[in-house]
Amino acid sequence: MGAQLRVYKRRIKSVTATKKITKAMEMIAASRVVKAQRKVAASTPYATELTRAVTAVGTGSNTKHPLTTEAETATRTAVLLLTSDRGLAGAFNSNAIKAAEQLTARLEAEGKEVDTYIVGRRGLAHYNFRERKVVESWSGFTDEPTYADAKKVAAPLIEAIEKETAEGGVDELHIVYTEFVSMMTQTAIDGRLLPLSLEEVAEEKPAKGEILPLYDFEPSAEDVLDALLPRYVESRIYNALLQSAASKHAATRRAMKSATDNAGDLINSLSRLANAARQAEITQEISEIVGGTAALADATAGSDK
Amino acid sequence: MAAELHVELVAADRSVWSGEATLVVARTTSGDIGVMPGHQPLLGVLESGPVTIRTSGGGTVVAAVHGGFISFADDKLSLLAEIAELSDEIDVQRAERALERAKSEADDASAERRADVRLRAVAAR
Repeated sequence: MGAQLRVYKRRIKSVTATKKITKAMEMIAASRVVKAQRKVAASTPYATELTRAVTAVGTGSNTKHPLTTEAETATRTAVLLLTSDRGLAGAFNSNAIKAAEQLTARLEAEGKEVDTYIVGRRGLAHYNFRERKVVESWSGFTDEPTYADAKKVAAPLIEAIEKETAEGGVDELHIVYTEFVSMMTQTAIDGRLLPLSLEEVAEEKPAKGEILPLYDFEPSAEDVLDALLPRYVESRIYNALLQSAASKHAATRRAMKSATDNAGDLINSLSRLANAARQAEITQEISEIVGGTAALADATAGSDK
Repeated sequence: MAAELHVELVAADRSVWSGEATLVVARTTSGDIGVMPGHQPLLGVLESGPVTIRTSGGGTVVAAVHGGFISFADDKLSLLAEIAELSDEIDVQRAERALERAKSEADDASAERRADVRLRAVAAR
């Protein structure tokens, strides 16, 4: 076998191995998307009921609460960015980071100080590399977040918002995550979580025109709101974590699918090259044999004379 | 046939139980409360404790609920809890072990309470 042909064969073998790996990763990601989607669906009843309850308290009483009242001049805001721990997901993380940076720039243009909180090693690595300040970060659960993880993330944020601004608290809380629209579409979006505008919550409610009854609050409207709002924030963060996880798996699936396709194309063109090299080798061998025989024949014919 | 109310018991990550019931007893921060069909609209904060649901079929469902809310309107009752388990799902031995462990580590009051609530829910079955 010629040297050229051997090189092609070796490359084909290595690309075939890569293709097998990416194919396996694609299939794993595909099964995880389904699982993650199921988790999103399973968390929906709690979120809807909680939204209903928050709306009920908000419309049924004139209670004031630090989590619903807007500061007249917001000076400091917190931005929570959800990324993944692992890459190989196409533009998934860079899209989320870009969205967070745009939001940060917009808030800073409004004259607000921005505290960044990050979930996921990828986002943290991005910020650390640029030596930007990150107040707190979490990682290790982005593939399969549980409610306990959401609580862990929400706790310091709620604490920060309840603190006075002068003592290092924040006035607003924004969240940047990747919304799972469909298997093919995931978009990085940002939204303001707090202070909560109850009108917005009411608009999100699916059943329009439903008149909310006048609730009896047990023990009191303030206490209910006190207990309700942190749970509401937790549930929103939990939902965002789940959607982000589902989006990440979908992005991985897509990235791995195109990697598998590309490996296939590469194998095709490499086998063509290998075939051409083999053919060239054979042609050369034949012409060498023919040339040799001709020379031999000439020599014999010469000696006969 | 007595009036019924529709009950949805949902935990943060799943729907635990749903169905028709005639009476639901739960523990709010200001005491036990029983809800029957036609009750006034109510929104309350729950304590950790067992919730008893008397189903319209005559059976009883007991669940351990760790914090959360009860909301009732239009004969629809929702129990929201971060963690909720039906008494059939609770592993008694595990809960007992957890209770002992929590008791020996005096600082872990919430774990002790959780295990205690689980055992009480099983006992009430």
